Amino acid sequence: MTATLTRLERDRPTTVQDLRVRADWLRLEVIRMIDKAGLGHYSSTFSCAEILSVLYYRVMRLDPATPDWADRDRFLLGKGHAAVGLWPILSDLGYFPREDLDTFGYIGSPLGDHPDMRKAAGVDFSSGSLGHNLSVGLGIAMAARLRGSDHRTFVLIGDGEIQEGQVWEAAMAASHYELGNLVAIVDANGFIGSGPTSELMSIEPLADRFAAFGWHVIELDGHDVDALVTTFADLPAPGSDRPVCLIARTQKGRGVSLMEEAPRAWHVGCLTPEQRDDAIAEISARMQEVSA
Amino acid sequence: MTTTTNRAAAMEDVFSDEGQASSLNLLGHAMAELADRHDDVVVISADMGSALSELRERHPDRYVELGIAETNTISVAAGLAASGFRPYVMAFAPFGMIKCAEQIRTDWAATMLPVTLVTRLSGLAMGYFGASHHAVEDLAIARSITNLTVMTPADNYATLGLLEASHQSAGPVLLRVSEATAPVYSSVPELEPGRFVRVREGNDLTIIGTGAGVGCALGAARALEEQGISVAVLDAAYLKPFDVAAVLDAAATTRAILTVEEHSEVGGLGAAVAEVLGRNGVATRFGSVALPDADLEVGVPAELLERYGITVEGVTRKAQDLLA
Repeated sequence: MTATLTRLERDRPTTVQDLRVRADWLRLEVIRMIDKAGLGHYSSTFSCAEILSVLYYRVMRLDPATPDWADRDRFLLGKGHAAVGLWPILSDLGYFPREDLDTFGYIGSPLGDHPDMRKAAGVDFSSGSLGHNLSVGLGIAMAARLRGSDHRTFVLIGDGEIQEGQVWEAAMAASHYELGNLVAIVDANGFIGSGPTSELMSIEPLADRFAAFGWHVIELDGHDVDALVTTFADLPAPGSDRPVCLIARTQKGRGVSLMEEAPRAWHVGCLTPEQRDDAIAEISARMQEVSA
Repeated sequence: MTTTTNRAAAMEDVFSDEGQASSLNLLGHAMAELADRHDDVVVISADMGSALSELRERHPDRYVELGIAETNTISVAAGLAASGFRPYVMAFAPFGMIKCAEQIRTDWAATMLPVTLVTRLSGLAMGYFGASHHAVEDLAIARSITNLTVMTPADNYATLGLLEASHQSAGPVLLRVSEATAPVYSSVPELEPGRFVRVREGNDLTIIGTGAGVGCALGAARALEEQGISVAVLDAAYLKPFDVAAVLDAAATTRAILTVEEHSEVGGLGAAVAEVLGRNGVATRFGSVALPDADLEVGVPAELLERYGITVEGVTRKAQDLLA
């Protein structure tokens, strides 16, 4: 396993190649943590690995030394079950010691299967109950306007999560209040727990739906680091008058063939030692290729 | 025609309390004054804006209307609180508390954020509008939520006192306002978290009331005094944290305990008192005036309260039975 990556500081010029490697580093860390814990959410985390990598290492205005800095950008993980993908990043950025990662999933750990803002530093809001965090992010974006802060609030939501009605209450209110400082990112991996959204409860046409609710909608490939970097760099100013929805088309289980082939099976689980080693080999080979 | 006119007049009880200004007018004024006193107060309304005209005039930037979308409203308030504000959500009791129990538990209570939900029209105040508009389980739900402080003002003065107290709370608060209250206090009472207020001294019976139940208890105590029965009255202004010591003291110093609430007999004040007695192995006569765990009638509030005995007369009768 590659624990040898250089720590990438926020605001440091980070290349697209670095960010690609970072996403795969995250996948390796997730495999390692779930292996130790015995159970975890793989495939929903792998679908947003590039998004998390680009946000934390390139886009967001953060100061890990001052976690409660009022003007920091906020990140809310609406799809809280991907928390295992948040922990290695927050630790790497210095919010808590790397040793804490080894406690993941055990009683007393600050790091759970879903994020708890009272337990883990660097978590802007707890999540786990799907459909809440876009509303919470809306409140944070409103607070920024009231205080005259120009920070942004990013909320990463799942495409299954938007089946929750509360998401659309928030979508309605965000455009009513013209909150251009609110950015929703939909990790559109096409699955809910029991199967494909297209079969079980269609959410399409997703872009038209958010547009009809008054949002500025951008659709892109959520694994295309280049496109993510460019899109985030070109976001309308936080003072603009329409909330932004990035629909990131992604693949559940991305980056590990076994999971790409059976994404639903790997929503929650634990790889056997053999599967784990194969997955690590596959990811490591790709990282070397990208770095070469 | 005569019947129709009479019933329409009876419905005015929903929006104006006997003997005092309506709680709606009072709350609108009180919220504006709270915002005057504290810069961090933001008032969020789920279609309750008509009551907030004073606030909207004086602090338009600290009034947020989110429409008929209570679940969103609760979570938005959490976001504002996470950014340093002290949000107050105003909502109808059945929709603000019962519909949003999960948002309150997850986004306010598990996060320990200082947000207050002020619910109006609790209990049977909207009894005329049907089962959807009854709010008789809200206290049971609220009491079971860890970290949530539960306040039930007995009258308008208590509402003012508890509203200010809510601003000092470290975590989330439910402030459940009763409509059909009779005056209990002549000025804003001293209120301490987790302590019942001793409204009246007495030796034979203790009546503990919550919300509108305190006024009923006080009226009954006066009626019983004329029959030579000495009644202490306690105001359970805080249902959570709960005043265990006051219950044990009542059991030790009076012959019986009677509770009064405009709420289901399941999980409210009476249930809480019974729990304290049971857990502490205290044997005493105990009775409760509350709504039955059954489909409730639909009708104008005053008639419903009479039907279920949540009146001075009803409490008096129950007390006599208990002591007989």
